[in-house]
Amino acid sequence: MDPIIQIEHLDYMYEGAPEGKKALDDLSIEVYPGEFVAVLGHNGSGKSTLAKLLNGLILPTNGEIRIAGMNTKDEERLWDIRRTCGMVFQNPDNQIIATVVEEDIAFGPENLGVPMPELKERVDRALAIVEMEEYRKHAPHLLSGGQKQRIAIAGILAMDPQVVIMDEPTAMLDPQGREEIIGTIATLNRTEKKTVLLITHYMDEVVEADRVIVLEEGRIALQGTPREVFSRVEEMKRLGLDVPQATEMAWELARQGIDLQADILTVEELVAQL
Amino acid sequence: MLKNITIGQYYPGDSIVHELDPRIKILVVTLFIVSIFFVNTFIGYLPLLVFILTVIAVSGIPALAVLRGLKPLLFIIAITVFFNMIMTPGEVVYRLGFINITKEGLRQAGFMALRLIFLVTGTSLLTLTTSPIALTDGIESVLNPFRRIGVPAHELAMMMTIALRFIPTLMEETEKIMKAQMARGADFESGNILRRAKNLVPLLVPLFVNAFRRADELATAMEARCYRGGEGRTRLKPLIYRRTDYIVAGLCVVFFGFVIAQRFLFA
Amino acid sequence: MIEIKNLNYIYHPGSPYEKYALRDINLQIRKGEFIGLIGHTGSGKSTFVQHLNGLMKPTLGTVNVSGISTTDADAAKRGLRQKVGLVFQYPEHQLFEETVAKDIAFGPQNLGLSEEETEVRVREAMDMVGLSFEKLHDRSPFELSGGQKRRVAIAGVLAMKPEVLILDEPTAGLDPRGRDEILDEISALYESQGITIILVSHSMEDIARLATRILVLDKGQVVMDGDAREIYREEEALNAIGLDIPDITKAMKQVAEKTGWDIPPNVLTVQEAVDVYLRERKNHA
Repeated sequence: MDPIIQIEHLDYMYEGAPEGKKALDDLSIEVYPGEFVAVLGHNGSGKSTLAKLLNGLILPTNGEIRIAGMNTKDEERLWDIRRTCGMVFQNPDNQIIATVVEEDIAFGPENLGVPMPELKERVDRALAIVEMEEYRKHAPHLLSGGQKQRIAIAGILAMDPQVVIMDEPTAMLDPQGREEIIGTIATLNRTEKKTVLLITHYMDEVVEADRVIVLEEGRIALQGTPREVFSRVEEMKRLGLDVPQATEMAWELARQGIDLQADILTVEELVAQL
Repeated sequence: MLKNITIGQYYPGDSIVHELDPRIKILVVTLFIVSIFFVNTFIGYLPLLVFILTVIAVSGIPALAVLRGLKPLLFIIAITVFFNMIMTPGEVVYRLGFINITKEGLRQAGFMALRLIFLVTGTSLLTLTTSPIALTDGIESVLNPFRRIGVPAHELAMMMTIALRFIPTLMEETEKIMKAQMARGADFESGNILRRAKNLVPLLVPLFVNAFRRADELATAMEARCYRGGEGRTRLKPLIYRRTDYIVAGLCVVFFGFVIAQRFLFA
Repeated sequence: MIEIKNLNYIYHPGSPYEKYALRDINLQIRKGEFIGLIGHTGSGKSTFVQHLNGLMKPTLGTVNVSGISTTDADAAKRGLRQKVGLVFQYPEHQLFEETVAKDIAFGPQNLGLSEEETEVRVREAMDMVGLSFEKLHDRSPFELSGGQKRRVAIAGVLAMKPEVLILDEPTAGLDPRGRDEILDEISALYESQGITIILVSHSMEDIARLATRILVLDKGQVVMDGDAREIYREEEALNAIGLDIPDITKAMKQVAEKTGWDIPPNVLTVQEAVDVYLRERKNHA
């Protein structure tokens, strides 16, 4: 099986950046269809730059990015790349352009020239997946943050992409909104079989991922399953990230000589060992 | 509270008027406005009055909602009436100091008042019975043929839609910024005009800066959803003429044709 | 210091749309307290804090700050805005001046302070939030990073030398490192300046670290009022209103049930949990 996202020796330098200061430095990542990959990193680690590069919104200084085999440098294919690879951004408000929910979800497929009645079917389906059917005729500005973000996700789903990239989708949401989005991501990956690339700095969103990649200064600092990555408590803290409290306690106890497995993630696992 | 006002004050309903194709409604309002200015006798306004009352009745919109649209213009109407009354030369019927009110003046004033009232009420009914989306779709469709001569129909409609969408959001943001600056002792209420204008800087600068940032993010999001202008786009709610539309259009053309023609027939 | 009696804020009172944003709140905020205010979106947190500096006025009841009622005429109001400083969420959105120093000076200038005094205040405020006056005072605030902008905005309120500082979710949108830095600074401010602080947050963990007293708001009412340890005992009550105790507290409760050891049900931090566990383990070895 070929990877659906291929990042090869990617360098990125911002214009006017001081000599040699790379936002992303020789990054190579492969994501396979159906995977749920999380990219973690503190602000400034390069993760937001990565999101824009994946969509062809900006181009690599060096190296290549290929989405389903299409190179982002190829202007002719940009449209197809964005159709295959939908993107959800941080600010829920600044993604919604219509005055009625169903109209906004229709925006993407309308741009693709999807005809009726398929257009309506796609909108209906997308609404159902994010569980917002009863809000179909509502005005978006009256919705909560989590609801708005779900509409944004529906808008991407209606374009029927293979990959959904989310750039810090919960950074501006309250805990309830974050829970809603975490649930939606799980649905997208497990039920709808979409490849999901989640960029975030919240560890509790990442616990269900297949793979976690931690960035630091534009390079990969850690990589592995959530369990493998989070049990490296000291390193995670040094990288400016949180670990689950249960993991931290297990690690601390192990350090003090208690005999237990340190690569736990949840309260249940911790209690079971004590 | 302010969030709940939809600009244009769309009054939802499912009357025949509501269900008409927006392009037909735009056509009817245009004919209506043209005839307002062609009529030059008081009697001539009677058919137009009947027309307006019929539309209000059929649409199911309470008269009060329609009259509310006149409120902001009462002042202008009063001024127009006043100046027309005193500045039209002719046979003086009333004198107040050095102000002469002439018979012609009264007539002119009456006409202007009627015209303004009809104008405002007619356009009000358009926005009351047509949702903002339907309206922008209608305008885009009507302007489409003029693209050949450079009218950016799609872009104008897109701008209108986005503006409508963000009005409540921007109003909320204005309130937030105001409160934040008031918490630092800013005063938006007292002082003369100049003072107050200067005091608006801490409100306007952040508002503008944030608006530009919003626009940037929105554009990025639109590009990510494959937006590339109006070419090749389909519509969820395409505008399609139905039988009622043709009938109403036909009737109105005849009706307003007659109203306009009576100026020349009964000269 | 702040006396709140029978505070009610009602939208559309007497009509069929009547809605209580705040209901029957009675409490006192004493000098030197560090209060954590927690509650869901829609619980009334923002409405409540805006009543404390007079931005909003009660429909019923009174709010008195050092004897000044928030419903008094304007002159008193300015005194009020100075005494009670309010930093809103995402405060960096309110920056507007050409330079950092000028923006921070906005508050003091509105208070009518002299130029010399204003500059002193600006320097002090920047110092309090960890920004270098020399390096940043004449930079445009719009050129700074997100974290720096936020600090500038907070400095803008600190420059007014408030007696009470209210911060509405100061860590919103920040990564873990940014959050820790801001909370540390707030803590340092509390220790060194003795300002009374009210911290509004969604995070039980953040509040537990710093607050001496916690107020839990639900549907406009204060449903819990006590210190962190008291509040953490009430797992069921918290769950009932959609909140939860920190994971570590929950874990230790479950361990206590499982082992029967003497573990308190309101452990606050991981470090404490480790210490308690090791102690008990040794006792039962």
